[in-house]
Amino acid sequence: MSARQILVLGGIALAIFGMSYGLWYAAFAEHQALDGIGHSLASGFQAAAERNSEARESSLLQYRQAKYAYDRQVDVHGHWIGLAMLLIVLAIAFDHVALSEKLKLLLAATLLLGAALFPLGVLMQTWSQGASPRAVAIAGSALVIAALTGIVFGLLRRQAA
Amino acid sequence: MPRPEPKRFASEPLPASTLMGAMAFARLSAQRLLTLAGIGMILAGMIFGDVFAVFVLHQNAARAGTSLAAAAQSAAAGDAAAVAAHFKSTGEFLENRGTKVDTHVHLIAFGYLSLMLALVQPWVKLSEAIRRRLAWLLVCGAVLLPVGVFLIHYVGLAYSPLEAIGWASIVADLGGLMVLAATVGYLGGIVQHFRVRQPLPPDNLPGDRSSSSRWLLAGGLLLILTGFIHGAYYAGIDLYRHEAADYSILSQMSAAAAAHNQGQINQSLADYGQLQGDKAVKIAAHAHIIEFGLLAMLLAFFQPYVQLSETWKLRWAMVLLCGSLLLPVCVLLEMKFGLLAGGIADLGGLLVILALLAMWIGILRYTGGIDASLSAPPSGVQR
Repeated sequence: MSARQILVLGGIALAIFGMSYGLWYAAFAEHQALDGIGHSLASGFQAAAERNSEARESSLLQYRQAKYAYDRQVDVHGHWIGLAMLLIVLAIAFDHVALSEKLKLLLAATLLLGAALFPLGVLMQTWSQGASPRAVAIAGSALVIAALTGIVFGLLRRQAA
Repeated sequence: MPRPEPKRFASEPLPASTLMGAMAFARLSAQRLLTLAGIGMILAGMIFGDVFAVFVLHQNAARAGTSLAAAAQSAAAGDAAAVAAHFKSTGEFLENRGTKVDTHVHLIAFGYLSLMLALVQPWVKLSEAIRRRLAWLLVCGAVLLPVGVFLIHYVGLAYSPLEAIGWASIVADLGGLMVLAATVGYLGGIVQHFRVRQPLPPDNLPGDRSSSSRWLLAGGLLLILTGFIHGAYYAGIDLYRHEAADYSILSQMSAAAAAHNQGQINQSLADYGQLQGDKAVKIAAHAHIIEFGLLAMLLAFFQPYVQLSETWKLRWAMVLLCGSLLLPVCVLLEMKFGLLAGGIADLGGLLVILALLAMWIGILRYTGGIDASLSAPPSGVQR
């Protein structure tokens, strides 16, 4: 498989995956999540009005958890599709990258892996708030930045030549 | 630094390479439809975003802040019913804001997708008729989703058969499904192309080496890299701090309301406004610099279709890159310099819109040139 094939097929597959996830989320989860955020925040302040400290704290903790998950779920949708689009654009631009085929293949595979892993790590944070999901997200973003730096280098080499 | 190439004006005949590309870019072809609709969607999304930023965003944020303050005051007064009423209106303001942002983001993202699919058309091993149908499906879905999302706030749950989802949401989801189906169709065509390993038909887009194209490609990639590094910095330094602060400020505010501590309520409201502003500008800067980088890279490939002189193509490329850098940088400075930075950021957005419009007009001139040359009688034959 060539570097261009990896990027274009991987990019479109990732875009479809990101869109399917977004569609599922919008249809079956988003409204409930937003209702949960609004309800728990309002309940926290209603409990404050009733001078019920325990209920206030518990509602605000629910708000924190719901907002934490919602922000990440929306980010996952945006980042998967955004990175997918970048992969497709780079597939088209790969002729302009002045590096060996082997290195280009490595950069393409690294970029695809990073683009899949980074949002996955963010999504995993909604299931577990431990260190592993954060490590996956950090590793994914590091792979994307490293591959992109290599591609910029190859592109600038071509420009200079 | 790339040197400008010799001038070629629109009135000159189209070169051979351009005429070769004209076959793929023929009247009502999938590539032409996706290109023109894609740039049109990006332009519409950006103009909508600018209008939203100037006339809705700040006013809406102020109203949401006022509602939150009123809810805190009602909690301090011990009026739980009033708290619920104020949060209901806060929710409505946030929904109004959220759907406008989603409209802006989705319209632009679908424009990018459309442009990308226009570029990969030579790799799609499907008949032109099927590719054109898929293009129409994508364009219709790409318009339907943002329009549906925009209407969510106004239509609400009126006449809806479902408990939590209104008709506007259903229409938006249908639009998303149409875009998804079209993209899957194109992916199928590309997979088929790679399976049969046929040689590509002539396409002069990706191979363009003009100055404007090279500047847009390199500039765009650098903008994206900068955006990624900024995003990583934000995730590492600010994200968790912001999330912790969001909870702790609201907790302090509600505790102060329960204790009837007016000073602490006011302080928490001010802190919360500051936090939301800080979060918003950092996320907006991150998103915009990457989006503009992607746009610059995409437009780099379409430069052969922009029928303007090389000098003007280069000028518009520079205007686009300057605007693309100016907007996110000034958005980041908004917390420090307020409206001055905000005004310059809007100017940056306007520069991007103008450059994009100029390139769109250039492409329209190109299509006009193709149509005129294809419909002209053979040389020597008089009408």
